Amino acid sequence: MGSKIKSAAIFKDNLQNFFFVLPAFAIFCIFYIYPFYKMINLSFYDWLGIGPMHFIGLSNYKELMGDHLWWDSIWHAGYITLIALTFQNALAFALALACDREIRMKRFYRVVFFIPPVLSEVVVGLIWNWILNPEMQNGQHIGLLNHFLYTSGFPQLVHNWLGDPKTALTTIAIVNSWRGFGWGFIIMLAGLQTIDKQLYEAAKIDGAGTWKTFINVTIPMMLPVILVVMILTILGCMQVFVLILTMVNEGLVNFTDVPVTRIFSAMQSTNRFGYACAEAVIFGMILVSISFITKKLSDKAKQV
Amino acid sequence: MKINKYVLWGMLKSTLIHLFLITVAVTCLFPIFWMVRCAFMSNDTVFVDQALIPHHLNFGNFAIAWTKGNFAVYFLNSVIYTVCVVGGIVLVSSLAAFSFSRLNFPFKNVIFYLFVAAMMIPLPGSFVALFVLMTKLHLINTRFGYILCMINVGLSMSILIFKTFFDKMPPELEDAARIDGCGKLGIWWNMAMPFARPAIAVIVIFNSLNVWNEYILSTLLLGDTKLMPLQRGLVVFQGANSTDYPVLMAGLTMAAIPIIMIYLFMQKHIVKGLSSGEVLG
Repeated sequence: MGSKIKSAAIFKDNLQNFFFVLPAFAIFCIFYIYPFYKMINLSFYDWLGIGPMHFIGLSNYKELMGDHLWWDSIWHAGYITLIALTFQNALAFALALACDREIRMKRFYRVVFFIPPVLSEVVVGLIWNWILNPEMQNGQHIGLLNHFLYTSGFPQLVHNWLGDPKTALTTIAIVNSWRGFGWGFIIMLAGLQTIDKQLYEAAKIDGAGTWKTFINVTIPMMLPVILVVMILTILGCMQVFVLILTMVNEGLVNFTDVPVTRIFSAMQSTNRFGYACAEAVIFGMILVSISFITKKLSDKAKQV
Repeated sequence: MKINKYVLWGMLKSTLIHLFLITVAVTCLFPIFWMVRCAFMSNDTVFVDQALIPHHLNFGNFAIAWTKGNFAVYFLNSVIYTVCVVGGIVLVSSLAAFSFSRLNFPFKNVIFYLFVAAMMIPLPGSFVALFVLMTKLHLINTRFGYILCMINVGLSMSILIFKTFFDKMPPELEDAARIDGCGKLGIWWNMAMPFARPAIAVIVIFNSLNVWNEYILSTLLLGDTKLMPLQRGLVVFQGANSTDYPVLMAGLTMAAIPIIMIYLFMQKHIVKGLSSGEVLG
């Protein structure tokens, strides 16, 4: 009798405790788990969003394998990511190194470098779209960049940066780096500040110069942080979408398409929901494997 | 002589470092300055006058954007979404994290690791399925639907941050509250929440940034201009008036300035949040 009351009390207690989690869990199941399942499920169907659904097995995936526009779009996102990984992260690291010392206006720099990352991609894209405007009016360049190039004595450099298939993607990648380097800067600066100053002292006593200290102390100590920044950069940049949307005119779509724009247009312009889901599944798998590999690398780096 | 050389080298080095830092700082600020500057010009002068500070300041663009450009509606919507979503995230995730950290129930760990796993697995294309689901639930083109979706976006990360804080809460606090007659809800509200104030600051800032700047879901779920937030409204406006740059810049300024101000006031917390182990994982 007593144990029955006790177990009933425990059950009530457990139920109460679970109620704390219930709102979060319900939202999570409806808006994360179910779409996750539905995405995989739909990728096996031919479906126009409304009307009958036809099960077609792996046909969407087969078609996707031969879809040049799709693989091009992955390459475009990869190119933007590559520029971010090299140029943007090198810049962030250099700035973090420059700020990791007694230097005047350190706080000012730290505040300013993080302003572009707080702006939305729409705002960034439209500001740069305006600065890079290629048009002319009354013999004057409208866009700031071309105007600046023209008046400062480099008229041969005046260019339709976003309109030329050859330069459009690189231009977007640079704007993307402009918006992104502040993240890496802040994280790397925080990482640098956790390095024990005694290590530098020890290196100095051992007679190591600035360069040797950098290679033998700073880099190994920073490796885990650098890898975290790399994972964040890859995941963030592979998913660029809004910058492309706000900076590129319709005509250039095939030169600047990225996976998310492909998924979007498969869904919205051609209404091929199944195909869009297949693209999403493949893209998700690519991202997961990239971050998995980087994670493995970082675990290895931590052991050494 | 030798000392002199060292001093000179030191000065040269610090000058070069400052030069480098200032160049980057100017590169960060100038495009934003340019946006604000162009917002104060008129359609006649914006193409001609290339002076840094325009000769005639024109304040009318903000009024045009606010009324004719529909930005009053967009702005209000953005505020509504940000407040509701961030409030919802703080409430829902702190309750869940409190239970994960301090209470017990079957399958607790399994459910917790589901949330953690969700953070690790990027779902770039799940918006297709989400759109299908929202259509089925008749939540397309509703504020409620969009808010729920956005709460889900911030949930995992916030639960994790809250949990690490609640785990650090000394048990004596909890006991003291229990002696004072607090139930579980009372402990959560009177003890755990004040204790986790730094976590709340970080969660509020990052989620506000995220909601204010969100674009994809609002495009997908909100087709009615009356319901659109700022980011979506900007793109709609740009599509309709692609050559009216001063008014567009005024709209961009209105979307950018609030978030920059919040950032400037809160930047200490942002740096702390980004640097702390929670975000690094």
